Amino acid sequence: MHLPDGFLDAKTAVVTAAVAAVGLGAALRQLRRELPPRRVPLLGLGAAFVFAAQMVNFPVASGTSGHLVGGALVAALLGLPAAVVVVSTVVIAQCFLFADGGVTALGANIFNMAMVAPVTGLLVYRAVQRIIPGLRGQIAALAFAGWCSAVVAAVVCAGQLAWSGTVAWSVAFPAMAAIHMLIGLGEGAISALVFYAVARTRPDIVGSTPAGGLRGIVGYGLLAALGVALFVAPFACAWPDGLEAVAAKLGFARQGASSTAAWLADYKLPGIASGGLATAVAGAAGALIAFVLALLLSRLLVRAPVEVGAKTEADS
Amino acid sequence: MSRPALASERTPAGLKLGLALVLAVGTALAPTAWWWWHSAVAALLLASVFIYRIRIRPLLAKLLWFSPFVAGAALASALQGPASPGWRAVAQRGGLCLLIMLVLGATTSFSAQLAVLRRMRVPALLVTTLALMYRYLQVLSDEAQRMHRARACRTFVPSRGRTWMVSGEIVGRLFIRASERAERIYLAMAARGWR
Repeated sequence: MHLPDGFLDAKTAVVTAAVAAVGLGAALRQLRRELPPRRVPLLGLGAAFVFAAQMVNFPVASGTSGHLVGGALVAALLGLPAAVVVVSTVVIAQCFLFADGGVTALGANIFNMAMVAPVTGLLVYRAVQRIIPGLRGQIAALAFAGWCSAVVAAVVCAGQLAWSGTVAWSVAFPAMAAIHMLIGLGEGAISALVFYAVARTRPDIVGSTPAGGLRGIVGYGLLAALGVALFVAPFACAWPDGLEAVAAKLGFARQGASSTAAWLADYKLPGIASGGLATAVAGAAGALIAFVLALLLSRLLVRAPVEVGAKTEADS
Repeated sequence: MSRPALASERTPAGLKLGLALVLAVGTALAPTAWWWWHSAVAALLLASVFIYRIRIRPLLAKLLWFSPFVAGAALASALQGPASPGWRAVAQRGGLCLLIMLVLGATTSFSAQLAVLRRMRVPALLVTTLALMYRYLQVLSDEAQRMHRARACRTFVPSRGRTWMVSGEIVGRLFIRASERAERIYLAMAARGWR
């Protein structure tokens, strides 16, 4: 999801950089006030951990493999402001050390991966955790939160691409959303597996997550919502234009236009509603599938140690 | 101390960092019609490769390594039709910006870049985090590779679900080790009078 240089135009680059600077500044301020000094090195080590964790491959199909992105996982393990700083550090280092992601796109990359992803992840994590109690609930919540964070960040990214006119919304949105609905399954599963491993060995780390206060989360939630509103909302309304652009390219522009006009004349249901409805249905179905998979994973994982214990008892 | 300074070290890091940022931003945002800007940047890069005696082969290897991103960007914009700036412009911009960052990385060490940031009053917490991350990047990724190798030696039946479980275990263990190491680093920093 790292945007390279030349993908964003000046206005998008400036706006995303400003929003990212505000968010990162707020997170740093909050940490300076609330973080005990003994946890300061954990930020740097956490960033190094994210880098190292991305080197561990998870085989998907023959030849291809996935790896962790980490926004939701770090937010669940370290709290939200720490996650914003840690993932921002990773994105900055990827830009300047490894030339991965462009300089002009740095603001957008920080905003998408270090703000939208952890905020979405933590909000979903807290919400699901409230419904399902216990370690099983935490695992299911994080698996689903990982999926949501990947999808929402990808949609915001598509909005930025469309906003700068590089890729049309009608191309960028379905492509990014569909791909990341698949990638998100891996992200959720990996996050949950890692969280489970940490929870089993050192439950104190998982339990002692600094809450950061509900007020802080609301603040970041507002910031993320602002970004979504800024980059995505204009296109949610411009959906039929995108469809028309595709139609024009495929060479049935006139036919399509006339049929749309006829549609509008005959029914009160405009093209927006049908396009938006289809998208909403697809999104909801995807979310439901991801949630069910997260539940299954949590059942599979949290039952496992009991089985192992029973086996060893039987053996001995 | 006795080693003579390299040509790249004699130029102040702040100048190199600032110039790279200005060039990268300018290149990414310059209109396609400004061919002179792009050629000037290319000439400057070529000159710095010769002046600073950057080794060409690793530079080309890195350029090749990251070129799929640029190529993907160009492909995406080629599929766009007339509305986009054109695949050639996107590829040109992406390639030049990539080269700028690679030359910066080859001439300026990360710690020198951090010193510039510190002088420019970037919040201390962020600079400390960046510095610690840079210091322990290699340590933790070596640790991850060691654990991966140990796992590969001991797993005799590689099934996919099993691999995922074990890889998750490795990453989880890596996090625990990182946080324990952070505790020790804090004690060492405090013992040496940090804060």
